Amino acid sequence: MSGFDFLTTRLETALGWGRKFSLFHYPFITACCGMEYMSAACAHFDIDRFGAGLTRFSPRQADLLLVVGTVSHKLAPVLKTVYDQMLEPKWVIAFGACAVSGGIYQNYAAVQGIDKIIPVDIYIPGCPPRPEMVLDGLMKLQDKIQHQKQDWRWARKP
Amino acid sequence: MGPETLIEEIRTRLGDAVEGVSDSFGDQVLIVRPVSLRGLMASLRGAPFDYAVLLDLTCVDFTAGEGRFEIVYHLYSLSRDVRLRIKASVRAENPVVDSLVGLWKNADWLEREVFDMFGIAFLGHPDLRRILMYDGFEGHPLRKSYPWRKEQPRLPLKD
Amino acid sequence: MESRIQKEARPDSMLVNMGPSHPAMHGTFRIMLELDGEKILNAEAEIGYLHRGFEKTCENKTYFNLLPYTDRLNYVSPQINNLGYAMTMEKMLGVRVPERAQKIRVLMSELSRVSDHLTCLAAMAMENGAFTVFLYMMKAREFLWDVIEFTSGSRMTTSYIRIGGVRADLHDGWRESVKTAVRETRGVLKDVHGLLDKNQIFLNRTRGVGAISREDALSYGWTGPCLRSTGVLYDVRKAHPYLIYDRLDFDIPLGDHGDNYDRYTVRMLEMEQSLRLIEQVAALIPDAEPLDRTAGIEPAEAVRRGRMRRPPGRILLSPNLEGSEKERYPEILTADAPVAVPPKEDTYTTMEGLISHFLFFMDGYGIRPPKGDVYFSVEGGNGEVGFYIVSDGTDRPYRLHLRAPCFHIVSALEQLIKGRLLADVIPTFGSMNMIGGELDR
Repeated sequence: MSGFDFLTTRLETALGWGRKFSLFHYPFITACCGMEYMSAACAHFDIDRFGAGLTRFSPRQADLLLVVGTVSHKLAPVLKTVYDQMLEPKWVIAFGACAVSGGIYQNYAAVQGIDKIIPVDIYIPGCPPRPEMVLDGLMKLQDKIQHQKQDWRWARKP
Repeated sequence: MGPETLIEEIRTRLGDAVEGVSDSFGDQVLIVRPVSLRGLMASLRGAPFDYAVLLDLTCVDFTAGEGRFEIVYHLYSLSRDVRLRIKASVRAENPVVDSLVGLWKNADWLEREVFDMFGIAFLGHPDLRRILMYDGFEGHPLRKSYPWRKEQPRLPLKD
Repeated sequence: MESRIQKEARPDSMLVNMGPSHPAMHGTFRIMLELDGEKILNAEAEIGYLHRGFEKTCENKTYFNLLPYTDRLNYVSPQINNLGYAMTMEKMLGVRVPERAQKIRVLMSELSRVSDHLTCLAAMAMENGAFTVFLYMMKAREFLWDVIEFTSGSRMTTSYIRIGGVRADLHDGWRESVKTAVRETRGVLKDVHGLLDKNQIFLNRTRGVGAISREDALSYGWTGPCLRSTGVLYDVRKAHPYLIYDRLDFDIPLGDHGDNYDRYTVRMLEMEQSLRLIEQVAALIPDAEPLDRTAGIEPAEAVRRGRMRRPPGRILLSPNLEGSEKERYPEILTADAPVAVPPKEDTYTTMEGLISHFLFFMDGYGIRPPKGDVYFSVEGGNGEVGFYIVSDGTDRPYRLHLRAPCFHIVSALEQLIKGRLLADVIPTFGSMNMIGGELDR
């Protein structure tokens, strides 16, 4: 079925190309990293030139969840709800040391990394990360999206 | 009126409420009895002392050594640019004190925070519930008996 | 558990939740509203979504170690929190800070203050629809952060202002970067004045909205620009001058009505005053003697030679430590008491230096203030930032409490929006400058 595989590979490349250059992100901003997010999104270190500049203010319209800042135990159910409201395909970036692993707050109040609650694709460490690191993380995510494989079992004849 | 004469004035007018006066690194401190707290605060707010602003309300946990909670109030008088610290101690077995809601409006949230973090009950507070922690949280985090890194039991996800 | 508003709501009114994940970039704050059409009948604010256990953490860290936690309180003006903590400790320890360090602290404070007001107004304007203002102010903020970054190494959370002074001297060429920052910020402020001051839409949304009376503001414990917008003159820099503010010339802008437009105007005028202060302080700071950072021996070589005797000549330090060479130390850090890290040249080459370095960092040693409690406050971007520290003589605080200015300001939100329309919540909340790190600690 080499012809079929050729078509699906081409299609996957096209889908990856389309998805990676039109990311609609939902900034789940909590804390200090929000300032670096604002810097990264504004004119100096633009994320719009990567196609990811349009902020959707509802998770139902977004496909990239940017968890920016510390998530406390009180906020964790809200994060899960927001994640559940997003449609497939969706990706999650953990932005900042607190989202990656709890950061400097290893105590009763902070969730030690959001991957205890939701699956994460890219981790951007830093307290707060420089905007260049954010752009690097975004480019790595774009790489990942480009090389994602689809599930073609439904199309193959049994 | 300088700070020293102010303290003397407070002592003479409200003498039996005040247990002691001290100076801590340049700050004036009044130590009062919890039973007469609300009356003292009401008089301090009015003329001639004119402490119009309740800057802060917090608590220190001395239960380990001395078996008491110390509630600390910081007042500020705009007309004289003078600060005052007032401390009242309550026993650890019965941590109850009068609420200042009605005298200053920010006492509402400040007392809710002290209740949340230390478990002190404020008599007369209209709506005493947790403010910083989620409901379902067990314990009072800033007490010395609460471990720093304690994990809480998991709650079912609400819908 | 039902919230208060759910219990009190009338059966035929609508309950709307402006949830903790806000599109308005204030982070984590939840407002529950009971609406009749668009009119707000009742409101309840819920905080605590960013409670990170700052006060409990501080009880378990040494006085030097907990400095980075203070950065992350009011994270738009982190140097001011650092300053508040450092000055509280200096009051307790009774140390005097050198003159040059005081001037550098004033410079950093004012840069942070401008950055705070820029962020607050940018967010407020963006939420009201003026997206251009947001982009312009972020551009100005980048120039300010450049100055901070070249000196301290980090754009935002710097831990630059330490107990006893500052970590490092200003970078070479600081005059140029400060001049550029001030010029660009002035240009942006002029543009924003033109865009928003007489803009009918902005005026309609902010004039007369969220007004608070003087007595109410004082009763709620408001301080800072929000209190000054009601007409009360209270600024910690004038009432209880610290550092060298009593020698500098600046005005305190006051408002009249205490509504959103006044809070906006007070912040804009305060930024201009802060820029004036930055220029004055920059003129007061003398140029430091230039250091030749190429001639000298490498640290590893110095350690090896120091085994025999102290090597002559300069020791080159790592570029990260630029500004904290031994020649700079008398000007930037106090010599009164061992409250600061000893200079690296001594640590690498002499036994006494090594011992004092270890005694500073070891458990049980280090900074140990006398027993007692102290309160000190500085003027932050939102108001009076106060630190109340109780010490029991050991190297860790027994209790550390932050008097957060926006806690008191936000506690008045429910009163300010009751009876108004739904759309009035956004500019009112935006002009209060809620910072989650400070509100929830």
